[in-house]
Amino acid sequence: MVTVRYMDKLIKFEFDVDGTDFTSAGQASVNVKKHLRQLGLSPEVIRRVSIAMYEGEINMVIHAKGGKAEVNVYEDRVEIILRDTGPGIKDINLAMQEGYSTATDNVRSLGFGAGMGLPNMKRYTDNMEIESVLGEGTTIKMTVNLN
Amino acid sequence: MKVCELKEKFGFAELNIEDGQREINGVYCGDLLSWVMGRAKESNAWITIMSNVNVLAVASLSDVACVILSEGVLLDDEVLKTAQSKGINVLSSPYPTYETAVMLSKA
Ligand SMILES: Nc1ncnc2c1ncn2[C@@H]1O[C@H](COP(=O)(O)OP(=O)(O)O)[C@@H](O)[C@H]1O
Ligand SMILES: [Mg+2]
Repeated sequence: MVTVRYMDKLIKFEFDVDGTDFTSAGQASVNVKKHLRQLGLSPEVIRRVSIAMYEGEINMVIHAKGGKAEVNVYEDRVEIILRDTGPGIKDINLAMQEGYSTATDNVRSLGFGAGMGLPNMKRYTDNMEIESVLGEGTTIKMTVNLN
Repeated sequence: MKVCELKEKFGFAELNIEDGQREINGVYCGDLLSWVMGRAKESNAWITIMSNVNVLAVASLSDVACVILSEGVLLDDEVLKTAQSKGINVLSSPYPTYETAVMLSKA
């Protein structure tokens, strides 16, 4: 993880999300949560960022063999950017529907694959943008406002 | 009610208690982790039969007061170690999820 400070305006966290180790999935989110606590952000904001980021992190692990997570803290908002070079999402509208999932039975047996990830990410953030190209990868940018 | 009262009142086994004084403000039951993630509220007691390590990440991120494993489910050593290092309250109830929830609702 790298932490960079630009003139106390912005704090940036970066993580590699390991796509091979399902059991460690969530580490980046737990880490970010810890840092946001230290920054003194409100518990509600921290909860929303954590949940959205965790869902995105899990998706990178179960659908895209890992990727990179970046979290930027501004004075008025927290921005989460998740980038992967996985298979991409064919139909984003469909993927956004509650209950839609292409997860395998193995993933389901671990309690994931309820098709709630993307809807949760949308619900818990103030803005979410998905860019996805089949065969190239997916980038998701989410913003949680601080006030 | 407080997390530490679950053992006293119902005899649930304490697998890892970090903050027994934490107040429980409601109960959420569920085994689908991302469902729970989006629905369980902060400081709820979360009842589940799932015991893999991802349960701890969900518990920590959704900030529940404790995890109650129903049906007498326990944690593997490895997962228990993670619970300890993350400081997550985990108990085990010998009863099924429904009965466990009913017991808490009457408390
Ligand atoms: N990063 C990603 N790369 C490729 N496909 C994805 C990604 N994230 C989500 N998807 C697709 O969108 C579907 C819905 O995602 P989500 O709502 O998180 O549900 P779930 O992860 O439980 O399947 C997934 O089943 C998958 O097909
Ligand atoms: Mg998902």
